[in-house]
Formats: sequence, C-alpha cells, structure tokens
Amino acid sequence: MAKRWQNDLGAADITTEAVFMNRRAVLAGMAAGAAVGLTGTAAQAADAGAPNDWDDITSYCNYYEFGTGKDDPKKYAHTLTTTPWSIKIDGLVDRPGTYDLGQILDKMTIEQRIYRFRCVEAWSMVVPWDGFELADLLQMAGVKSDAKYVAFETVARREEMPGLRYPVLDWPYVEGLRLDEAMHPLTLMATGIYGKPMPNQNGAPIRLVVPWKYGFKSIKSIVRITLTDRQPPTAWNKANGREYGFYSNVNPTVDHPRWSQATERKLGGGLFSRRQPTLMFNGYDKEVSKLYAGMDLRKFY
Amino acid sequence: MFKTFPIRSPLQTGGVKKTINTWARALPSWVVYSVGMLPALIAFYQGATGGLGAEPIKALEHELGEFGLKLLIIGLMITPLRVYGKIQLFKFRRAFGLLAFIYVMLHFAVWALLDLGDVALIWADLTKRPYIILGMIALVMLIPLAATSNNYAQRAMRGGWGLLHRLTYPVALLSGLHFIWLRKGFQIEPLAYFAVIAALLLLRVPAVQRVLRRG
Ligand code: HEM
Repeated sequence: MAKRWQNDLGAADITTEAVFMNRRAVLAGMAAGAAVGLTGTAAQAADAGAPNDWDDITSYCNYYEFGTGKDDPKKYAHTLTTTPWSIKIDGLVDRPGTYDLGQILDKMTIEQRIYRFRCVEAWSMVVPWDGFELADLLQMAGVKSDAKYVAFETVARREEMPGLRYPVLDWPYVEGLRLDEAMHPLTLMATGIYGKPMPNQNGAPIRLVVPWKYGFKSIKSIVRITLTDRQPPTAWNKANGREYGFYSNVNPTVDHPRWSQATERKLGGGLFSRRQPTLMFNGYDKEVSKLYAGMDLRKFY
Repeated sequence: MFKTFPIRSPLQTGGVKKTINTWARALPSWVVYSVGMLPALIAFYQGATGGLGAEPIKALEHELGEFGLKLLIIGLMITPLRVYGKIQLFKFRRAFGLLAFIYVMLHFAVWALLDLGDVALIWADLTKRPYIILGMIALVMLIPLAATSNNYAQRAMRGGWGLLHRLTYPVALLSGLHFIWLRKGFQIEPLAYFAVIAALLLLRVPAVQRVLRRG
C-alpha cells in the first residue's frame, strides 16, 4: 500500500529539479514544523527545507566500496553493473527466493519522498527520493510471525568496487533494522532521485532510506534481505561499537565520542554557510518517537 | 645539535645530487615561501568560487591540515637528507617550518571561524575531543618555534635554540596521531603518514644512527 505518508507540502507531483527550485516557498512547509521553533525565523526554516541540487547529492557521497574520499564514489562507481539486478529475500519469510528487480518494481508503486538526510559526520542534505515503502516489499515476501529484525547486505564485487581491496570495513557492508522500524511508512526503498534512476554513487539500483537515522543505516545497492529473530550485525557497529550503535537514531543530545551531534551543516551553502541545529530523530520525532517509547536512547544509541 | 657524520652516502648517485645542490644554492628562500603559499591561496580561491564541491569548508580544512603535515614532514627530512644523502637543503629549513606553521594556523582558523563559528561549540570541542586536543597541543607548541625562527633569536638563545626546536618531534607525532584519530574505520593514508613520521624520528635516536653509520 503506497502513499501511507505524505510530505506536508504534497510535492509528489514535482518531478524536475527546475520545478523544485521554483517551489522553494512550498517546500519550506516541510521543515517549518520542526525548524521554526529552533531557529526562530521563517527564512532559515525555508533554507532547511529546500532540496539540495543534483550535483551536491551526487558528488558528495560516502560509499567506501569505491574509496573513502567524498568524491571517490562519483569517480569510480560507474564500473558497477546494475542490470540485471536481483535481491535474495530469505530467512523468516513465507516466500523466500531470488527476486528480479524488474519483477519487484512491477508490483510496487513508486512515489516521491522529500526527506532530510543527516550523516553521522554532521553534514546534511535534503533529497527528493523516488521509491516505495519497504513494508510493501516485505509483505510481498510474507513476513513470518517470529521475525523480529530485518538484515540487509550490499553487493560486494572486487572487480567492480576498488575500495573492497582495503579492509576499511568488514565487507560486505551489512545493516539491520528492527521489524517495526522496517515496517514504518517512512522507511523507503529508493530507486531514484529527482525522477532519474538512482546514480551508482548513491546506491544504484536500489537502496534503503531511513530518514530518522544517520545516513550509514541507509544501506546502498542491496542484494540480500533476511528476516531474522535476532539482532543482525551491522557494518559500522562491528568496526567500532562504541561509536556506532545498532539504532543510530539521529539525536542531537547524544554525541559521537569524537564530535558533537548537536549541529549540522547542510551541503551546498558555500564557504560561509552556518551550522544549523540538528533535530531529534532528524525532525521525524512526531512520526517515530513512539517506536522508542521507554527506551534509554543514551544506552541504545 | 645536528651532528654531521663522516659517513659514506648510501645514495651514490652523484649527478642528481649535484644538480639538486647546485639548484638549491641558486634558489632564494623567498621562492620557497611564495610557491609554498600557493596551495593555500588556490584552495581559498576555489572554496570561494565553488571549486571545492558541496562542502567547501571541510575540503579547505582538510587541504590545509594535510599540507601543513606534509610541510612538517619535509622539515624533518632536511637533516637526514644532509647526513645520509649529502643533499643540502638546509637553507630552506626555516621556510618549510614557517610555512608549516602558517598552514596549521590557517587550518585552525578555518575550523574555528568557518566550520564551527560559535564560541560554545569551539570550547566544547577543545575540552572534550581527544583528536582536537592533540592538534591544539601541537599548534601551541609550534608558536614558540615560529617566534624564534629568526637569526636574532637563534644567536641569542645559542644551545637553547636547538633544544627548543626539538619540539618539532612531538609536534609531528601529535599531528600524526591527530590524523589517525579523526578518520572513520581502518584507513591506510593516515597510517602511512604516521609511518613516515616514525621513521624520521627514529633517525634521531643515537642507537639507530650508530647502526646506520656502521652500515
Ligand atoms: C600541527 C597541527 C596540526 C596538523 C599538522 C593537523 C593536520 C591535520 C590533517 C592532516 C588532517 C586530515 C586532513 C584530511 O583528512 O585529509 C586534519 C583534520 C582536521 N583537523 Fe587538524 N591539524 C593540526 C591541528 C589542528 C587543530 C589545532 C585543530 C582544531 C583545534 C584541528 C582540527 C582539525 C579538524 C576539525 C579536522 C577535520 C576533521 C574532520 O574530518 O571532520 N587540527 N588535521
């Protein structure tokens, strides 16, 4: 079932960047609810809500399989073959199997979602994703009643991904969500940006987007989804558990051990752009805080 | 403090060496200063005109820090090159040292004014973040070195000058650690820098020098 969640601004009909830029005023509505109270002025709120342009979104990426520099993915990710593409769905599902991406997309309704995206490194952007809800995909495979978590895996091809030669992380990249997080209407499987197919450097052909969590949770180029009854390992948590928790919800009050998470700088503002306050759950507090009711978010960071 | 050892050079490529030495003798230091400032000027210009990508502040911060570290390392190479390679770049040592200081100060300024730009944030980071604290200690140690990098101070301080300027060793070590500490995951680049720094510092250890002299 698509369209369970709507941007306040109802921008689903906007398809081109040019149109986007003309509708800054409308888009301001998205961030307004969250940002006005913090920054005080409508002008700032508008800025927080304007989507970043295509170049910013596609040139400043963390995709360590193609190198650790921010510009490496754009330079090197063109080598990744994304057709044909299939996703193996296994574990605690009624209909396990290897699903061809084309077959999946035939059954899904693609819609546009304009989300804030907050990297754990304290930069952020606003991205107009195209995609479908993960819940729809999981329903297609049929989730068994004892499933509690969803595990994801990124493709790992040494011939196509030069970064795999270096042990920066324990490849392949893996991520995970609790089942209720995975089923949340905000959780998106994204296949495009600005109405164009997902660029390789942003995780083509299909990636996860969990807008209330730090960016690294939104795993790219997914080849496997496994339903399980125990918390799956996640790549950054394995690399440094003290710095990257399983939940990794955006939280301005819980710092990364090496830097503050209280503020962020939105990409694309130039040499003199200021930092802006980071919002609880990246501004999706209203939608997701109930998932964590009663949990100590300092402990489950 | 810089002993020259009566040793045979391991680099017996006389021609190249002679050329370098001839050029170095002819080249005035101001050329090194001018050329050395170019990367900073270019980086600021690019940053201001959109040439540094979506996040020019971080790019600038990284560029200046990395170039500062390179200059520190070049400064540490001058004496070993003279002792073991008979390559005479000694007259540029002050230029490399002062350039390193300028780059580190610019790196710090970009961090304080452009990246954070807020006294409370700056103070919080300076008191809480180990990699920032290491960088800050290194920067503070560079200040007396820069202040005494003139002929007058060098003469007035005599032996004390050499002793004071051994601070470059901990500065290099702390900078190397600062770099390792700030990257995410297991990354080669900062470790490679650190290995070079460690090797250059080992060359200062008398026992190591004895072994090298014998060989
Ligand atoms: C001798 C002194 C210093 C040297 C040689 C130095 C060198 C470096 C180097 C090589 C980098 C990494 C650049 C890259 O990733 O390409 C770096 C990053 C950085 N340095 Fe320094 N640094 C020094 C002092 C400082 C000081 C005093 C501060 C602040 C108080 C500072 C703050 C930073 C920050 C914030 C980063 C970037 C971290 C990030 O990626 O977010 N550094 N520095």
